[in-house]
Amino acid sequence: MLDLSPAEWTAIALSLRVASVATLVATPLGVAVAWLLARGRFWGKPLVDALVHLPLVLPPVVTGYVLLLAFGRRGWFGGWIADHLGIMLAFRWTGAALACGVMSFPLLVRPIRLSIEAVDQKLEQAAATLGAAPWRVFLTITLPLAAPGIIAGMVLGFAKAIGEFGATITFVSNIPGETQTISSAIYSLIQTPDGDRAALRLLMISMVIAFAALVASEWFARRALTRLHGN
Amino acid sequence: MLRVEIFKQLGEFSLQVSFASDGPVTGLFGASGAGKTSLVNMIAGLLPPDRGTIAIGSAVLDDVNAGIHVPAHRRRIGYVFQDARLFPHQSVRQNLLYGQRMNGLADDPAELARVTGLLDVGHLLDRRPGQLSGGERQRVAFGRALLARPQLLLLDEPMGSLDESRRADILPYLIRLRDEARVPMVYVSHDAEEMRQLATQVVMLSRGRITAFGGPELLPSASNA
Repeated sequence: MLDLSPAEWTAIALSLRVASVATLVATPLGVAVAWLLARGRFWGKPLVDALVHLPLVLPPVVTGYVLLLAFGRRGWFGGWIADHLGIMLAFRWTGAALACGVMSFPLLVRPIRLSIEAVDQKLEQAAATLGAAPWRVFLTITLPLAAPGIIAGMVLGFAKAIGEFGATITFVSNIPGETQTISSAIYSLIQTPDGDRAALRLLMISMVIAFAALVASEWFARRALTRLHGN
Repeated sequence: MLRVEIFKQLGEFSLQVSFASDGPVTGLFGASGAGKTSLVNMIAGLLPPDRGTIAIGSAVLDDVNAGIHVPAHRRRIGYVFQDARLFPHQSVRQNLLYGQRMNGLADDPAELARVTGLLDVGHLLDRRPGQLSGGERQRVAFGRALLARPQLLLLDEPMGSLDESRRADILPYLIRLRDEARVPMVYVSHDAEEMRQLATQVVMLSRGRITAFGGPELLPSASNA
């Protein structure tokens, strides 16, 4: 069952790389946005909230197309990013990571936001009276106390990124070795006359990855909680 | 010398208070809802006044007309809350040293030993707040505030969440704190007996106004308290 072809291994490795990069890049941004939504009081907050959740309700193909318009070679920002940062996004694995990051962002932000909201602001006040400037209150009190939620958000985001299909295939297509993730490989295989067995193998693999991610998150969250409250 | 002259509107309730005190322990005495905690929060810098000034000696902390509001973290005013508010993810030792770390103070093992000795918390250093009793937690909170080297210590009903017997256990520590810590304090309580044992000056507060200011003899006697 597990005698995977090199092409299949490539798709699996690519999926893991795309989802990992998407999650790692999105997490700091997600924490910042979650903090703004949880604690910020500013005009246009409902707008930011809606924008963050948009990928959850838009058809993925629409999100993918918007990404193509914005970050394509001749897109609104795509050219600038390629010229100044040297990062090509369209039809590259980096673009797949961007698509996965955008699509998983709402799932990443939500648990983080809830956990920041749950941090007792009285503790933050106590820290301030002990001489901690607001950014140090955030780093030494808010962030560690919100850690279980941050882990939960990262795992949810990672799981979503691993399975992302619609926006990715729209934005970066389905190029073996470059943008063909497990999902798009399964899609290609189902389209092929004798691809059923191979599709089934990849399907099993993706289930194992998803299951492992959930078990890992449970373990991390438990550990974080123990660390927080001391046995 | 603590000088307070403020006005604050809080919904239906308004707080208008003016006093200057210079005792080792200034007691804020009044029933619940008199505005004691709001007043203490303003001194700490957690709540800005609508009008007026707050100063310690020559240092102006709030002056609404001049646009001065020193944020809480730059005031060097220690605050012991009714609910100790220890950081649950840190050990007792980390809690105690938090203020030292945040204020960039030099390591001072002698001071840590002195304060933990004064409060009898030396044997708790490696525990987490979740493993402490209410009285122990409150003692650690005193130590944490003290070790930040405050110029003034605010104690807002620090025994309010403890039962009668625990209070009796804590009171000697507070008296020791007053006599040995050499930090001026503002002590908030609605318990006349407690106040009589600690305060050297008393501000009587009722519904957001000062009704009397003077020595502990102002406090109602035990029989009609």
